[in-house]
Amino acid sequence: MVPEEFVACHDCDLIHRIPVGQEGRSGRCTRCGAVLFNHKRNTVERTLALTAAGAVLFAVANLFPFLSFDMQGRVTETTLLSGVVELWSQGMGVLAVLVLLTAVIAPGVQLSLLGYVLVPLHAGRVPWRLELALRALRRIETWSMMEVFLIGILVALVKLGRMAEIVPGPAIYSFAILILVLAGAAATLDRRAVWQRLTVGA
Amino acid sequence: MSAAPTARSLGMATCHECGLLVRTGSTTEEPAFACPRCRASVHVRKHDSLRRVWALLFAAAVLYIPANTFPIMTTTYLGAAQSDTIMSGVIYLAQEDWPLAVVVFVASVMVPIVKIVVLAFLAASVRARSRWRPADRTRLYRITESIGPWSMVDVYVVTVLVALVRLDALASVEAEVGAIFFGAVVVLTIFAAESFDPRLIWDAAGDAPVDEPTAAPPGLVSGGEPEGGVA
Repeated sequence: MVPEEFVACHDCDLIHRIPVGQEGRSGRCTRCGAVLFNHKRNTVERTLALTAAGAVLFAVANLFPFLSFDMQGRVTETTLLSGVVELWSQGMGVLAVLVLLTAVIAPGVQLSLLGYVLVPLHAGRVPWRLELALRALRRIETWSMMEVFLIGILVALVKLGRMAEIVPGPAIYSFAILILVLAGAAATLDRRAVWQRLTVGA
Repeated sequence: MSAAPTARSLGMATCHECGLLVRTGSTTEEPAFACPRCRASVHVRKHDSLRRVWALLFAAAVLYIPANTFPIMTTTYLGAAQSDTIMSGVIYLAQEDWPLAVVVFVASVMVPIVKIVVLAFLAASVRARSRWRPADRTRLYRITESIGPWSMVDVYVVTVLVALVRLDALASVEAEVGAIFFGAVVVLTIFAAESFDPRLIWDAAGDAPVDEPTAAPPGLVSGGEPEGGVA
């Protein structure tokens, strides 16, 4: 007998009966097609591995220059943060905050929260205030837009192509891989299973 | 009448934070208690959904005009200054690399407008208690929600350019006020999409049965008069 629970579809409210803890199974709403559950195999371990890789890439992406710009022998280097600082110094504080939030803070907080939640879970403990961490994670994910930033970099490169020579730095590669790693982490995280741990731990 | 069993029709609600199905004890009233699992306050539907959607869409539509007419940046190259709007930037890019120009045009110009129009359409269809293809409208909502961040592309382009090109008199790039309006449009449309509750589509459609194709109970078939308001 497979243990089951009742859930309502988050997009159309239809009641469904879904299996609990059946790794590898997933299901969609029979009425509107929304994903109801997606029980991942080893969700904690896989997501944790990707989070650890993401943390290293995040550090490299922020500490090293991602582009250097060579115009008639004068070279400027830029890191993720220098763009934000430059916007701020031009009096575009709002814009600086928006870019800082979507390209640096949101992915950073996302990785930290994943680590905070998954390290204790892996060790068999329920982290303190798990519910607040998961809530914050859901909020912050909406504002993480690194993949869009990468397209922005690409467009900027094409625009500058005629004016000067652009040399990509190590940060840009870490940044590109980080996007894939974070997308993978989001995909392997089985939220229902993690919330379930709260019930068990309580 | 074999209406589809929804959480609300059974006196239950889904916690919007942790997804737990909880009993509310009422099929009409909003519960006033916290989720037993995660302590978030439980709502049967997103609070004040349509009113928030309309307000945010209105603000986004108004700001979309200055976002596109004001310059987003000024480039100074060898003493000559040139201001660019979103559109003139796309045209310049088209001469260099047209596939990328198409991407930027879609992301910056089309995505915000499509988001505003689609969300307005969905909100209006709920208001009119439309029974027209609820599954497709729900899908439309999911797509609209997912394309939002892509309109940030131009804001990032400006950020990268101001960081790279700062050689004083030789060459420099300055961000302009249009970029702020543009960022505001992106943020407002993301909030608008988040505020919309797709379950309202199904409430308005009268919870059509799952299997029998729109076998509506007699009296509700033609849908003639909109019943006004949202339950």
